[in-house]
Amino acid sequence: MITNILAITAVVSGAFFLIVGSIGLIRLPDFYSRNHATGKSDTLGIMLVIFGLILLEGFSLNSAKLFFAFIFVFLTNPTGTHALTNAALNSGLKPWFRKNTGKGDGACTGK
Amino acid sequence: MLKYKFNPIILLVSRVVSPFIMIFALYVIFHGHYSPGGGFQGGTMFAAALLLIRLAAGFDIAQLQFKKILGTPLGSVGVLIYFGTGFLAMLSGGEFLNYHFLPFAGFKADELRSLGILMVEIGVGLAVLAILVAIYDDLLEGYPHD
Repeated sequence: MITNILAITAVVSGAFFLIVGSIGLIRLPDFYSRNHATGKSDTLGIMLVIFGLILLEGFSLNSAKLFFAFIFVFLTNPTGTHALTNAALNSGLKPWFRKNTGKGDGACTGK
Repeated sequence: MLKYKFNPIILLVSRVVSPFIMIFALYVIFHGHYSPGGGFQGGTMFAAALLLIRLAAGFDIAQLQFKKILGTPLGSVGVLIYFGTGFLAMLSGGEFLNYHFLPFAGFKADELRSLGILMVEIGVGLAVLAILVAIYDDLLEGYPHD
């Protein structure tokens, strides 16, 4: 009972973080901030979902496989984000500032 | 093309993760009979592990792992294993790739078919692995390395 409540809470909060990451991917203005949104909140969301599934599954072979997926998501997702951002910075992409854009486009400036 | 820049984070994580990808690729190849997967998928994953090291450590260091010259010969050896298995069955009196006629003594009929499928899939996996790495190396041809 208490395990089910904990597992459902973890899965639902993981889905919440995934939705927040997707909204950030659509709404944020440039490459670096979009990468920031998806890199952080997607990692946490997927890890929470897998953690909830491990709690539901109990102590078995399937939960061991889920545990390995947990570890590899934890290792590779931030590294991939770091590699993308590092490559963009090395190739000379400038970050977005508010004063660089004109006053007309409301979607980017938020006004 | 950008020059390669040494990045310790990416290199460390690639070195940690790449052997696990290789082991999972071998698992996919050797369990191709019973579960989803097989030669093509396992060979692609093995090539992904090699290309990860090539991307993270640079072309010259990755030559220690898998040399550029090896690409085409290994692909040819893979195709030869595939064709050789089929042709061996044909020499023994069956059709092409009819594993029941493979000339190995001491196997029951179902074990013989399983062994034939395994040999064919090892050949396919080897060919796919070598050719994918060779495609990546040929794309880099003419650019200055490092």
